[in-house]
Amino acid sequence: MAYAFLIDTTLCTACRGCQVACKQWHDLPAETTSNRGSFQNPADLSFGTYKLVRMREKVIDKRLQWLFFPDQCRHCIEAPCLETAGDPSAIYQDGDTGAILYTAETRNLLTTEIIESCPYYIPRAADDGTLAKCDMCNDRVHNGLKPACVTTCPTGSMQFGERDEILTLADRHLQMAKKRYPKASLLDPDDVNVIYLVAYPPDLYHEFAVAAAGRSDMTRQMALRKMVRPLVHLGSRLV
Amino acid sequence: MTNHWIDIQNSDCILIMGSNAAENHPVSFKYVAAAQQKGATLISVDPRFTRTSSKADIYAPLRSGTDIAFLGGMIKYILDNKLYHEEYVAEYTNASFIVKKSYSFKNGLFSGYEKTPEGPGLGKYDKSQWGFETDANGVPKMDPSLAHRRSVFQLLKTHFKRYTPAVVSKITGTPEADLLKVYKAYCATGKRGQAGTIMYAMGWTQHTTGTQNIRTMAIIQLLLGNMGVAGGGVNALRGESNVQGSTDHCLLWHIWPGYLKTPRASNVDLAAYNGKWTPKSSDLLSANWWQNYPKYSVSLLKSFFGGDATAANDFGYSWLPKVDDDKGYSWFDLFDAMYKKQVKGFLAWGQNPACSGSNAGKNREAMANLEWMVNVNLFDNETGSFWKGPGMDPAKIATEVFMLPAAAFAEKEGSVTNSGRWMQWRYQGPKPLGNSRPDGDIILELGHKIKAAYAGSGVFPEPIRALKWDYATDHAFDAHKVAKEINGYFTKDVTIKDKLYKAGTLVPSFAFLQADGSTSSGNWLYCNSYTEKGNMAARRGQKDAVNGIGLYPEFSWCWPVNRRILYNRASVDAKGQPWDAKDWVIRFAGNKADGKWTSRKWLGDVPDGGWYPLANPDGSRREDARYAFIMRKHGHAQIYGPGRADGPFPEHYEPLECPVEKNFLNPQMVNPTAALYTTDADSYATCDPRYPYVASTYRVTEHWQTGLMTRTQPWLLEMHPQMFVELSPELAELKGIQNGERVMVSSARGKVECSAVVSKRLTPFKVGGLTVHQVGLPWHYGWRWPASGNEESANLLTPPAGDPNTRIPETKAFMVNVAKL
Repeated sequence: MAYAFLIDTTLCTACRGCQVACKQWHDLPAETTSNRGSFQNPADLSFGTYKLVRMREKVIDKRLQWLFFPDQCRHCIEAPCLETAGDPSAIYQDGDTGAILYTAETRNLLTTEIIESCPYYIPRAADDGTLAKCDMCNDRVHNGLKPACVTTCPTGSMQFGERDEILTLADRHLQMAKKRYPKASLLDPDDVNVIYLVAYPPDLYHEFAVAAAGRSDMTRQMALRKMVRPLVHLGSRLV
Repeated sequence: MTNHWIDIQNSDCILIMGSNAAENHPVSFKYVAAAQQKGATLISVDPRFTRTSSKADIYAPLRSGTDIAFLGGMIKYILDNKLYHEEYVAEYTNASFIVKKSYSFKNGLFSGYEKTPEGPGLGKYDKSQWGFETDANGVPKMDPSLAHRRSVFQLLKTHFKRYTPAVVSKITGTPEADLLKVYKAYCATGKRGQAGTIMYAMGWTQHTTGTQNIRTMAIIQLLLGNMGVAGGGVNALRGESNVQGSTDHCLLWHIWPGYLKTPRASNVDLAAYNGKWTPKSSDLLSANWWQNYPKYSVSLLKSFFGGDATAANDFGYSWLPKVDDDKGYSWFDLFDAMYKKQVKGFLAWGQNPACSGSNAGKNREAMANLEWMVNVNLFDNETGSFWKGPGMDPAKIATEVFMLPAAAFAEKEGSVTNSGRWMQWRYQGPKPLGNSRPDGDIILELGHKIKAAYAGSGVFPEPIRALKWDYATDHAFDAHKVAKEINGYFTKDVTIKDKLYKAGTLVPSFAFLQADGSTSSGNWLYCNSYTEKGNMAARRGQKDAVNGIGLYPEFSWCWPVNRRILYNRASVDAKGQPWDAKDWVIRFAGNKADGKWTSRKWLGDVPDGGWYPLANPDGSRREDARYAFIMRKHGHAQIYGPGRADGPFPEHYEPLECPVEKNFLNPQMVNPTAALYTTDADSYATCDPRYPYVASTYRVTEHWQTGLMTRTQPWLLEMHPQMFVELSPELAELKGIQNGERVMVSSARGKVECSAVVSKRLTPFKVGGLTVHQVGLPWHYGWRWPASGNEESANLLTPPAGDPNTRIPETKAFMVNVAKL
C-alpha cells in the first residue's frame, strides 16, 4: 500500500514547524547561517536539510502575495533517481509505504547524475558523495505514526495517509481553495506521492515546484540509464 | 480572551490587528483557517505585510501608533451607516445612560484635567466630572430611545464625528479605499446572527494609548453586538503559555489574586479597604457581582495566614504592605527607582530585563546600583551577566549576582492557564537536569529560610511568622496542595442551604465563599477548579456541549466556574433567545404559561448568572431578572468608560516619538496623561531629523521573547540567526542599503547593529502629505548569545514612556534612524 502527502500551501503560514520537526526526528545538525535579507533560511536544501519552507514575495494581480512552499522529496511513483541509480542497495522503494529511500551506499553512485535525474531537484550530497533527502519518516510510518512534519503542522496544511484517501482529500481541498483562488491547482498528482496544492501558477512559488521542463524527459533518460546501468554502476565503484 | 481559541472557528469575520497571529500564535491559525473554510473573511491590519497578512482576504497597512484613529473611523462608519445592533446597544450597553453636564471634551482634553509637574504622569483627570446623572438612589438615568442630547450614544456620535475617512487616512497613512474596505467587511457583523472577532496582542497594548486602543475595539464590538456571542468577543492573544494564569494570580503590582485591589495607604483597615473597593448599586436589576468583594478578600487573607487570620485582627490585613495612593510601582517605576539607587536587592525570576524592558540600556545601568541580584532562570542571560556586558566595567560594579538554575516547563507538574482562560494541568515529564529545580521548590525553600531568619527576632516579624506555608509533601513542593489552596477550603463546619460542609473540605465554587473567615481561597476566580470531585484542570473529556460550538466543557477547566464564553447573557435577546440560532451559546428553556416564564433553565454554556431573562415570552419585563453584564456596577457594558485614567472615550494622540508635527485631530500631541520617565537615561526625540523613521518591535515564530530559550537552540537559530531590521525598497534606495547587508539602527537611547531585510512587505506611508517610512525590528536578541556578541536587543532603542492606566511601555511606536555601517 502506498502512502501520500497533501501539502495545501493555501493553508501554510510558513511557521516552519515542519522544517524543525524534520531536523529533530532525523537528528540533523543545524547549519551555520546568516541573515541574507530573507526569512527563508537555510538558503537551500542540503545534505542536512531535507525540508525547507521556500518563501517568495510576488505581486499578483496588483496585490502583494507572500508565497510559501514547504519543499521536500516527492516520493515519485516511478522515481527517476531510483531508476538512474539502478542499485537497490543505494536507492530503493519501500514496498509497504512507497517511500523512496537512500542508503549510505549512495556514496558509490554518480552523485551529479542522480541529482540531475530528479525533476524536482531534491537530493543533496555530502562531501563524500553520500546522498540524502526526505525519507517520509519511514520508521515512524512503519510504527503507525505520521511523518514528523505532518504531526507538527498546526493548520492542517500537511496531511498524510493512504494514497487513495489523500487523492480524495486533495480534490476536496482543491474545490475549497478554488472558491478563493480560481487558479488553484494540484501539482503532478498522478506522478508523485507528495501532492502540492497551490493557489497561483507553480513557477511563482519555486523553480522546481512541478517537474522541471529540462529535467522532465525522464522516459528517454531512464531508458538510457537502463541501457548503461552496468557501466554506471561499475563507473561509480571505480570513482 | 472573552472567548477562547477554538471559538475563533465560529467567526464570520476575523480582524487581526495589533497582533500577528500566524507568526506569534501559530496554532491559532488552525481555527482561523477553519473559519475561512466556512466562508469567514480574514482582515489583517498591520504596518508590515506579515505571514498573517499573507493569508488575509483584506490587508490594510497603517502607521504604528495610529490604531485609535483607524478604529475611531470605524465607529463613525458604524454610526453614520446605522450598522449597529440597535436592540443590543439599547439593552446591554450604557449607550442609554445620561452623562453629567460637567463632562466636556475640548481641544483634545476631557474636563477635569490638570498637569502633574512631579511626574511620571504628564497629568491627571478629576474623573468625578465624567459621571452619570442619577436618580435619588444613585441609579443612572437612562433614555432607551438613545435620543437624549447627553446620552452616551449621542456623545459618542459627537466625539467621533471628527474621524472622517479623509482625516483618518491623513493620520494613519492607510489609503481611504483600504479603510473603507475594512470598515465595510467588519461592520457587516452588526447584523443579527453575524459574529466578528478581534485577535490582538502587544501591537495594541504597548502604546501610550494602549488601554484606549482596546477600549476603542470594545466599543465597536458592543455597537455590533459581538460581545458574548460565539465567534465574537475581544480576544487578547497572550504572549506566554501561562501569562494569563500569572495575571489572574497577581503578577502585577496593582492587583491581588482574582483582580482584587492592592491596598492603598489610605485603606487604613479591612473595613476601609472593603468599603473603598466594593461597589454598591441599589438597582435591583443589577447583579453587581463585585458586591461580593469582602467574601473574596477575607477568603484570600485566610489563605495567606490560616488560623492566625481572625476577625479580631482584621484577618491579618494590617500585616500586608500598602502602596502609596496615586503612586505607581510598575516595571518602569521599579527600574526607575533602581536607577536612582533606591533599590538594594532584586529577584530577577524567569525574566530578562537587560533585553526585555523598554529602554533596556537604563535597566542594565540600574542593575549596577544593586547590592545583590538573584537570577532565577533556565540559563545564564544578559541580566545575570549584565556586569560583563557591552560598555560595562566589571571592576566598577559591586552587585553580587546569584544564579539559581530553574527547571524547564516539561520538568515540573502544575497548571498553565491559556489565553482562553483554560486552566490545564500538566504532568512532570523528565526530572529536572542537574541542580536545577522547579520554581515552586525554590520559592518554598526561600519561604522556609525567611521564616527561620525571623523565628527569633526581626523587624515586624508577625506577617512572616503567620504566613501559612504548608505546601510540601516529603519536603518537596506539591503542586496539588497549592492548587487546592487556590481553590479554597472551608475552615470550619458551615451549613449553606441546608447542606453541611465540613471543615477542611474544598469549597465547591465561589458562590460559597464567606466574609466571616469560615472559608479560605487563594483566588476566588479559581474557586471551583479543584474540588472534592477532583482536579478539574486535569480533565480530558472530549464531549462537546449541546450547542456543538466547540466549548468542550469537560476538557480542562476554565474560569469563572467553567464558563467558556464571558458575557454570554448578551448572546441572547431580552427573552433569553439567541441572536444566532445556529451558533448559539446559551438559550433559555424554562417552562412558560400565559406568556410568562414559570421555571428557570438555561441550556448551553454556563450562563453568566442563572437568573431569569429580562423579559417574558409576551414581552413583559421581569423584576427577578438581572442585566447581562453582571460584573459592572450598573449591569451594562461600557461604551462610555469613566473609570479610565485618560478619558471616558478614546481619542487619538500621537506616540511620544512621532514623525508629524501636528496631531490632525486635536491640539494635544501626546496622551496628556501618559507616563514619561525623565532621568538622564530617559531621553527622547520627536519630529527630530536625526531620527526620521517610525519603528516598531515584534516577535517572529522562530524565537520567543528575549530569545533565551530559542537563541540557544541551533535549529531555531539556523532559521533566524541574526538581529535584523525590515525596511521598504524605497527607504533602502534612499539610504543606499543593499538587501542582507549590516546596518546601524539608532534612536535617542541607543543603537543596534542589524542585517537589512529589504522587502516589498513594507511600504512608505503618506501622512499629512509627507512620505513617512516605517521599519520593524524583532526583540529576540542579546549580546550573550549567539557567541559573536553582535546581535543585540531592540529594546536598547525603545522609549521611556507608557500607558497611564497600566504603564505598559510604548515599544510599538518610536523613532529611529537607519544607516549603512
